[in-house]
Amino acid sequence: MTITFRRETFRDDYNFSNSAVGIRRFPFPFDRDHYMYAVNIEPHVKGHPGTIYESLIDVDEHYVAEMQDRALVLAEDPLRSQSLPHMELAGWDLLELLMEQLAAGYPAHFELRRSGKRWRWVNRPLGIDDTFVFGAASTLPYGPMEYITRQAQGDFCILDQRDGNLWMDAGMVTTQADWSLDFDLGMNFMEWHAPVPRAHEMGVFDRALKFMLNLGQGQPMRRFNWTMTVNPRLDTSPETYPKWGPDRRSVTADNVGDKVHLRVELQSFWRLPRSNAIVFPIRCYLIKLEELVTVPKWARRMHRVLRDLPPDLVDYKGLTRWRPIAVDYLAAFDDGAATSPGIWPD
Amino acid sequence: MSAPSIAVRVSEVAAVTPLVKRFRLEPESGGRLPAFSGGAHIAVEMQDGAHRRRNAFSLMGSPSDTTGYVIGVRRHDNGRGGSRYMHERVTPGTMLRIAHPANLFPIDGRARKHLLLAGGIGITPLVAMAEQFARDGQPFELHYAARSPEHAAFADELLERFGPAVHTHFSAQGRRLACASLLAEQPLGTHLYVCGPETLMDEAFASARALGWPEQSLHRERFAAPARGLPFAVRLARSGRRVDVGADQSMLEALEAAGAPVASLCRGGACGQCETRVLACDGTLLHADHYLSAAERGAGGKVMPCVSRFAGRSLTLDL
Amino acid sequence: MPETSIKSRPVYGTLAPQPGTRHILLADGDGAAAIVDLARAAPPEFFERAHIITAPAAGAMAVRAPLRALAPAVLDETDRLAAALSRLAEVLAGAGMGTRLYVAGTEGTIGQAMQVALDAGVELGAIATEHRGSRARRVQCAHCKTFIDEVTTQPVACSGCGLMLFVRDHYSRRLAAFQGVCVDAEEPGSAPTPEEVFT
Ligand code: HEM
Ligand code: FES
Repeated sequence: MTITFRRETFRDDYNFSNSAVGIRRFPFPFDRDHYMYAVNIEPHVKGHPGTIYESLIDVDEHYVAEMQDRALVLAEDPLRSQSLPHMELAGWDLLELLMEQLAAGYPAHFELRRSGKRWRWVNRPLGIDDTFVFGAASTLPYGPMEYITRQAQGDFCILDQRDGNLWMDAGMVTTQADWSLDFDLGMNFMEWHAPVPRAHEMGVFDRALKFMLNLGQGQPMRRFNWTMTVNPRLDTSPETYPKWGPDRRSVTADNVGDKVHLRVELQSFWRLPRSNAIVFPIRCYLIKLEELVTVPKWARRMHRVLRDLPPDLVDYKGLTRWRPIAVDYLAAFDDGAATSPGIWPD
Repeated sequence: MSAPSIAVRVSEVAAVTPLVKRFRLEPESGGRLPAFSGGAHIAVEMQDGAHRRRNAFSLMGSPSDTTGYVIGVRRHDNGRGGSRYMHERVTPGTMLRIAHPANLFPIDGRARKHLLLAGGIGITPLVAMAEQFARDGQPFELHYAARSPEHAAFADELLERFGPAVHTHFSAQGRRLACASLLAEQPLGTHLYVCGPETLMDEAFASARALGWPEQSLHRERFAAPARGLPFAVRLARSGRRVDVGADQSMLEALEAAGAPVASLCRGGACGQCETRVLACDGTLLHADHYLSAAERGAGGKVMPCVSRFAGRSLTLDL
Repeated sequence: MPETSIKSRPVYGTLAPQPGTRHILLADGDGAAAIVDLARAAPPEFFERAHIITAPAAGAMAVRAPLRALAPAVLDETDRLAAALSRLAEVLAGAGMGTRLYVAGTEGTIGQAMQVALDAGVELGAIATEHRGSRARRVQCAHCKTFIDEVTTQPVACSGCGLMLFVRDHYSRRLAAFQGVCVDAEEPGSAPTPEEVFT
């Protein structure tokens, strides 16, 4: 598969958008007309061509622009990529996983040649052709985790497993929905989830953790999470909140379709073989409301979900200021007709 | 859900002591096996006539070697028959199926020093750990307790390979392993890993706790070789079928053989994956797992079929 | 004890003697009394293996005397928290397994002593804590990353970048700080007047 990469930005002039094909393959996260937290975990298995499940590590038309945006974030704030000293082995695990998945899924763009410990990695879209020794960090320009996650879309958290818990001891986080890796680094599963309302009391995190601790090698799993963002900004971090916070007041009835984006995270979990750690890629997909409403089923359902979202979730997700404007906009696309089950367009 | 199993060919069998054999397993179709971490095990599937057995064995090769897995198997004549099958029937060229490695005895990479304590065949997962520490340049010390040199499988190779990091303790020579004094002299940040007979593991943990070692620094492997039991039957509520569990078969194995598989991971009562709801029980559940809490056992609503059994008139499962 | 809160917010206990080969006790002026209270339950030989490190206000004679009366094997009296923490790091550098740490005082003292101990390879399970004294917080500005000690107000002005910060209950053990996030980012200038709440 050959992808044509878009030239676009996720800051300043914000000229990001999805192609028609990009819209059709968007991972719309709601399989029913309302939303509440649940342990929504399923096997991460390949799906149909033309969907984001065509390859287990998805590369799309935004790849090059996203990697450029990541480089800009890291240049300003190197703490977005951190790995505690005991996590280097997991970094090599991740490097192997991503190189193998990328090369297998997109042979026209990526190529991996292994000869013993000597590996050659070719990344054509980013113009990289490096030879290095697997396991020897000095043969790469960055540590193994940072090296490979500068070349893969989405954020990555690497969790160390010990003492009946998971510990966020490494990560590359530049496309996050308002949480800080630098602050959460070293926390356990319950601690980094502490700010989430309701889900603790619902037992969601107890059950999810138990499941994650048992995650088997070769059996990746996945789930969706979602929020909404004003402007197609990937880097909505606490660090830069003063930069993007004022945008929340910029939404009007005239610009809402272009400004407000549904932000979907495809989260997958993989047991890493050499380190016994778990990697948690958080892949962020953005779609403008005006793009989303081109699929009638999604428009109806998005309207109902957003209209009926409980107030504590509205606040937690940061939608409070402009939600009524977005609900009004979406209402025009909701004729009240029933929606079909599942997430796919009709 | 389980990952697909992997077909392997036995490439080497060596008698290490009268009771212990070492097997090397290589991918049937060439290429590489999945990488693994020190302390990991695999489940080996054996087709013994009409009977399918599965036993978990620790991986004892170097985690850097993915061309083949090495396991060390001690023969248990009064076990369920898996180790006897491996000893008597498995020869170079035998085809077996194995599951992906899983690790219920993981290394804590933050440790400043790793202190490994083995008793008897408990040495196997610690060998892979030692290989990993040696590769990664992490300080470790391996103490190996056995009755005599003849009972200490792999001791010579270990001494040769890791030199001064390896210490043997042979009770028949009057050199019993003295846990308390060993544990009293460890630098801050040391982690303890013990594998062997329950008595050794209990003693090591008790000494460490008495000295003030925190729980986070204590790690032990459990070899839950389910004792041979009496046959019994279970009823499956959803299909109304009856499944007989033989004397040398686990409930999990019987369910799998009857085409009513239950998800499993450790097959040793530790991971919780096979948890199954009990709908009716006229008799006694013989819990043998390390997973259910005392309260859950008391309530009688759950069973871990990989290790637990039943005695009585009838048992109905939510399957 | 601070009211129940989210799961990242530390929970403190009451100091009590633990099994161990060596006991290191660190307290600020407010926490010293917790060590004296622990002594009531301690077996006679406990202080023969104890090393007490005291910080700031513990310099006052009223606090010193009862600690000296416990006759610990070592008593380090320092006059600043920073000095006490570097003393702790030195002691831990040569310590062995079986060392237990006891920390008492304000949240800032406890958090920073734990940070030193965790860096030295002490496991959480070997650390006991007891909160005494004020509820002033140590806060890290999410934006310029400055640490602000002894924060008593909500919101608080960052001493590094000047932004008005909302002090969250979200706490990082690694940084020994609560998270401070700009309170009026969406509408600059709309920050509420600070009120004394962490006292
Ligand atoms: C182990 C890998 C995981 C990582 C690294 C992770 C990380 C995070 C982080 C950093 C947040 C933001 C918390 C904040 O507000 O500061 C979050 C939110 C959340 N997480 Fe996870 N998570 C993981 C797994 C899971 C799983 C398995 C579930 C399953 C139910 C889950 C459910 C949630 C929910 C419901 C939220 C709130 C999201 C929202 O309403 O926008 N997480 N997660
Ligand atoms: S399979 Fe792990 S407890 Fe049964």
